[in-house]
Amino acid sequence: MIEEKLLKGGSFLVEDVDPDEVLTPESFNDEHKMIAKTTEEYIKNDVWPVLEDLENHEFDKSVTLLQKAGELGLLGIDVPEEYGGLELDKITSSLVTEKMALAGGFSITHGAHVGIGSLPIVFFGNEEQKQKYLPSLATGEKIAAYALTEPGSGSDALGAKTTAVLNEEGTHYVLNGEKQWITNSAFADVFVVYAKIDGEKFSAFIVERDFPGVSTGPEEKKMGIKSSSTRTLVLEDAQVPVENVLGEIGRGHVIAFNILNVGRYKLAIGGVGGAKRALELAVQYANERKQFQTPISSFSLIQEKLANMATQTYANESAVYRTVGLFESRLGQLSKEELNDGSAVAKGIAEYAIECSMNKYTATELLDYVADEAVQIHGGYGFMAEYEVERIYRDSRINRIFEGTNEINRLLVPGTFMKKAMKGELPLLEKAMGLQNELMAMMPETPGDEALEQEKYLVGNAKKIGLLAAGIAAQKYQEKLEQEQELLSNIADIAADVYNMESAVLRTAKAIARDGEEKSRQKLLYTQVFVEETLNNIEAHAKETLIAVEEGDNLRMMLSALRKLTRREHINVIEKKREIASTLIEEEKYYV
Amino acid sequence: MNIYVLMKKTFDTEEKIQVSGGAIEQDGAEFIINPYDEYAIEEAINIRDEHGGEVTVVTVGDEDSEQQLRTALAMGADKATLINIEDDVEDGDQYTTSTILATYLKDQEVDLILAGNVAIDQASGQVGPRVADQLDIPYVTTITGITIDGEQVNIEKDVEGDVEKVQTSLPLLVTCQQGLNEPRYPSLPGIMKAKKKPLEELELDDLDLDEDDVEAKTETTDVFLPPEKEAGKVLEGEIDDQVKELVSLLRTEAKVL
Repeated sequence: MIEEKLLKGGSFLVEDVDPDEVLTPESFNDEHKMIAKTTEEYIKNDVWPVLEDLENHEFDKSVTLLQKAGELGLLGIDVPEEYGGLELDKITSSLVTEKMALAGGFSITHGAHVGIGSLPIVFFGNEEQKQKYLPSLATGEKIAAYALTEPGSGSDALGAKTTAVLNEEGTHYVLNGEKQWITNSAFADVFVVYAKIDGEKFSAFIVERDFPGVSTGPEEKKMGIKSSSTRTLVLEDAQVPVENVLGEIGRGHVIAFNILNVGRYKLAIGGVGGAKRALELAVQYANERKQFQTPISSFSLIQEKLANMATQTYANESAVYRTVGLFESRLGQLSKEELNDGSAVAKGIAEYAIECSMNKYTATELLDYVADEAVQIHGGYGFMAEYEVERIYRDSRINRIFEGTNEINRLLVPGTFMKKAMKGELPLLEKAMGLQNELMAMMPETPGDEALEQEKYLVGNAKKIGLLAAGIAAQKYQEKLEQEQELLSNIADIAADVYNMESAVLRTAKAIARDGEEKSRQKLLYTQVFVEETLNNIEAHAKETLIAVEEGDNLRMMLSALRKLTRREHINVIEKKREIASTLIEEEKYYV
Repeated sequence: MNIYVLMKKTFDTEEKIQVSGGAIEQDGAEFIINPYDEYAIEEAINIRDEHGGEVTVVTVGDEDSEQQLRTALAMGADKATLINIEDDVEDGDQYTTSTILATYLKDQEVDLILAGNVAIDQASGQVGPRVADQLDIPYVTTITGITIDGEQVNIEKDVEGDVEKVQTSLPLLVTCQQGLNEPRYPSLPGIMKAKKKPLEELELDDLDLDEDDVEAKTETTDVFLPPEKEAGKVLEGEIDDQVKELVSLLRTEAKVL
């Protein structure tokens, strides 16, 4: 048997990958597309008509909607068949997540149920727990929620104060504490709750709403995602049967952190879905709205905005589906036994922690940026609540905060790279060392003028810049690098920029190989503009890092190397953006 | 009961129509099941669920029509037949399509045939009645309700907004109007099951038809978009003067008087 080659998490920074190894939206099959369409019709026919009611906290309608979703199969995608689910691939569940973004805050209700609420049981539940809970979660008969955050512990999740003590009879754990900002808490039947057994062993529990001592607080008043329920979960001598401990005692962090990884890439996909919607509304409005007797979409400053929004969306879309492809190939090759063994699954998910974090912060920032510009294009009307962009703008903001703030996620990226390097999983240090010698003698190359040739060359150089910046920072600060958060954040930004850039280039290259250059024109334009502009960001982050770390002759040498690596034939982005925009204006939606 | 549905794929209602070289530009367009045919599919599934039997969805189209047939199977139809005329027929018309369908249906055991009232693209509304005529069975168009009791069929038919009640018998062909039902969209299990349902592909040869047998009876001489709507005119001044101006404009500019 030939084993499928699996790409290592984080390997994009040190290795090149063939376009055919990368999942792109162009390779979705007919079933994927049909399921995406069903999801879209469900939202337009069932969710949109009651969205206003959900925004006003009529949560009985959320429950009805989830049950309808269950009937359609939209809740069982990640649940194995033997527990009443459909057990479809990660591409399917990602596409559903992307389409769900159209539902505003209700997408958070859905996501919390199928994702962070149900997945801990799917991945880490034992046989009895799966049989007991999954069938009713897959139909929507029961709704799930996830309770990790506390008033005093957000990013520092392990600092939780909720305690669990075994009762004298040894039958129940008695939980005490308060969990905060729990999505779906108004109506959830099942909560995955983290608590410390005897105040020290961080563990996960399946807590039913009806257990004695379990209650929820009042509904929170939020800036956005108002159509989702958010309350505290109050545990006062809550009686949780011992068989409801989820996973191993004292190893709750394994569940918590891996579920967060899944939550992160799903949020990223939702970000891309939301950005597409905001762009669509913006371009439609720009075509419709006339000032000076002219549709505002004919003004080139509006066109530039539309082009920027679409270009950033393309790069992020390419990157998040590339990550989905990584998950699909790694989790898809696990055997039934391995899938039933939480640790194998956890390892599979943890492998791509870097990609999940990068996707999370770039795609949620994409959504914020696109939502902001969509409001701007709407002018004063965008500030009015009758317009959908107003809600999108408010709903967007939380994404940069939950599932690990974007700052925490940025710190995680270089941290995880270093760990992988230390364990010998990635040849980062060797590459970085080799690079420093190479850079002395390096002469800038002039790539040919075939489509994407310059972009491919620049992606290669951008990887070198990333290694250079990370390498010298690690050399200088060693284990104290943890304290240099600004440098870590710079490195994280360079890494994410490289990943997005390369993902766009690979996707476009794959499309050109399949459909030819003419039919891939829009993709090519997006990619050229994105690489040109993103390289400026990479250069700025690298420069700031080098100046903070090096000095004198060394610094001058490094800066000169940086200049060589970023030297290129600059392209006329204004011209290209106008061309991008003209297609968007014609199509009146995000178009590739 | 053997139920057949006649289906056509049409442009997605959100597509912009562009004409070039005397034909509608199809490149890169999204296609859907003709919305009126969705009513037919939904009703066929409901009738099967109530009376038993089998629903077969038939289309005359090309290779890409398979996608719409799969959608019909995902909604709950049992079987699908694609009569692929891509290589045989260049410019067909309603005669072409109905002859092909009738030839195919003559060889089947048929109790009930459902079709859309019209297709949203060419909107001829002819194919259903023509098929019934060639099969020599009764037909009722634009139905908004149907109940079957043994051989007897009671139908509610939309007549310009009024309802006409019709009693007839099987075998029968009906064309479906908005209001008949609310078509479901395919569920995920339905979509996965559709992959394994039988989808038969036929060509003219398989029906013992030649290109000449189905040659169009009509010729399309031109295809053009309606003129863009211009801004309206608001008349001003005394009412009497406005009326005079309106009459004069209707006479000289619009030339309708």
